[in-house]
Amino acid sequence: MSEMRFEAPKTLQAAVALLAAANGRARILAGGTDLVIQMRSGRVEPELLVDIKGIPEMNAIALDNGAYRFGAAVGCMDLIEHAGLAKAWPGVIDGVKLIGSIQVKARASVGGNLCNASPAADSVPALIAAAAVASIIGPKGRREVPVENIPTGPGKTSLAPGEIVVSILLPRRPPHSGDAYVRFTPRTEMDIAVVGAGVNLTLDGGGTCVQARVCLGAVAERALLVPECAAALVGTKVDAAALERLAAAASAACRPIDDKRGTREFRIKVAGVMVRRAAELALQRARGN
Amino acid sequence: MTKHRVSATVNGDAVEFLCETQQTLLDVLRDELKFTGTKEGCGTGDCGACSVTVDGRLMCSCLMLGVEAEGKSIQTIEGMASGDSLHPLQQKFLEHAALQCGICTPGMLIAARSLLERKPDPTEEEVRYWLAGNLCRCTGYHKIVEAVLDAAREMRGA
Ligand SMILES: Cc1cc2nc3c(=O)[nH]c(=O)nc-3n(C[C@@H](O)[C@@H](O)[C@H](O)COP(=O)(O)OP(=O)(O)OC[C@H]3O[C@@H](n4cnc5c(N)ncnc54)[C@H](O)[C@@H]3O)c2cc1C
Ligand code: FES
Ligand code: FES
Repeated sequence: MSEMRFEAPKTLQAAVALLAAANGRARILAGGTDLVIQMRSGRVEPELLVDIKGIPEMNAIALDNGAYRFGAAVGCMDLIEHAGLAKAWPGVIDGVKLIGSIQVKARASVGGNLCNASPAADSVPALIAAAAVASIIGPKGRREVPVENIPTGPGKTSLAPGEIVVSILLPRRPPHSGDAYVRFTPRTEMDIAVVGAGVNLTLDGGGTCVQARVCLGAVAERALLVPECAAALVGTKVDAAALERLAAAASAACRPIDDKRGTREFRIKVAGVMVRRAAELALQRARGN
Repeated sequence: MTKHRVSATVNGDAVEFLCETQQTLLDVLRDELKFTGTKEGCGTGDCGACSVTVDGRLMCSCLMLGVEAEGKSIQTIEGMASGDSLHPLQQKFLEHAALQCGICTPGMLIAARSLLERKPDPTEEEVRYWLAGNLCRCTGYHKIVEAVLDAAREMRGA
């Protein structure tokens, strides 16, 4: 085995420079809950690991004019225990809470969950439904990208070589908003989503849905933002008929694989059930604030 | 091959070790520092046998690299009893027969202590949720949960 170098830069500039100099043979290390396993199995063999957890910007949680920005390397337990963020974005926290055990959540980051690009990653549909925006830095400077444009397929992202997701912005929310993420798994804990659904919606004073975003996980090569699902909710009171149309739109949008966790047919059906449950929970939360 | 020189504390004592980038904290604890109380089950974060706390956070030592331990404070099962007197959790595990082969036990104890530090009065459901990352193939969990709840009662003085 060739020698693997390890660096823990303290600034973004230093991290970018290290990655650029490594010519694609480096890996970013956040919590390592995906990467350490991939390295141990020999699936990835980087020449350099760049541990980004010592970079202050990547580890902070800040509230700015109603919007939350959290560092891509912040551990899931730190997000869950952040009372303000958990109250503002309960659906995002639903997703984060499902990422493995307490032990795994102590290390795993949302940035890593996103960049590992598993179609079943639990934080991703909730972030997409939340209209989260990733702030990225790389050899060519900074850019802001909606989270839905980052994963492109299993293990693949739209990040250019040497780019780092620095932080994720959850926008300011209008009143009467609520979000939720639910998934189907055979076990309640420590399992991989067969289908996941994130719903984020806003009501007007009279209880009519004026804005919605719906995202499905594990039913395609990447998490899918489904505008047809949103359209089924907007303009309605999220009543039984609207939920019926929502479920149908979700099932129609799926293009899942068949595997040991669930057949195509099963996933398509369950997507409708999950999205409806997520919408009901998001609605209840929206009514409560 | 150049190795990393790492300084940390284990159970309050300063330690220094040399490691390669690939070595996990679990490898270092067991093979370099000879803290063999921390067990390896799966090596992939699924079983919790390798549970330790790092700066107060419960984690799987198989998912963390040894070099990442620089400056960190690590707690392992070896630091749980004080001298000859067992920690109440250890005592209750014995009383409730909450172990058979014992492979999962160090991880269970470390995880349970971490729960009780945060929540001295957990419900049964909270215990089960917190310990969901610790697998036991022998006991069926019931006795473990009972032991944790009983230890919590005793530690609260209730
Ligand atoms: C036992 C177990 C159970 C799990 N259960 C679940 C589950 O139920 N649901 C779920 O969604 N996930 C689950 N996971 C996976 C989950 O822990 C990871 O996806 C985690 O969120 C990845 O974050 P990390 O910080 O550990 O990333 P790392 O492993 O450090 O990195 C992951 C990948 O992303 C890259 N990367 C990391 N951060 C950045 C960044 N800021 N910018 C650019 N690239 C970056 C790395 O180079 C690497 O390729 C589980 C893992 C384990 C071990
Ligand atoms: S050995 Fe670390 S979780 Fe199984
Ligand atoms: S006692 Fe044998 S695995 Fe738990």
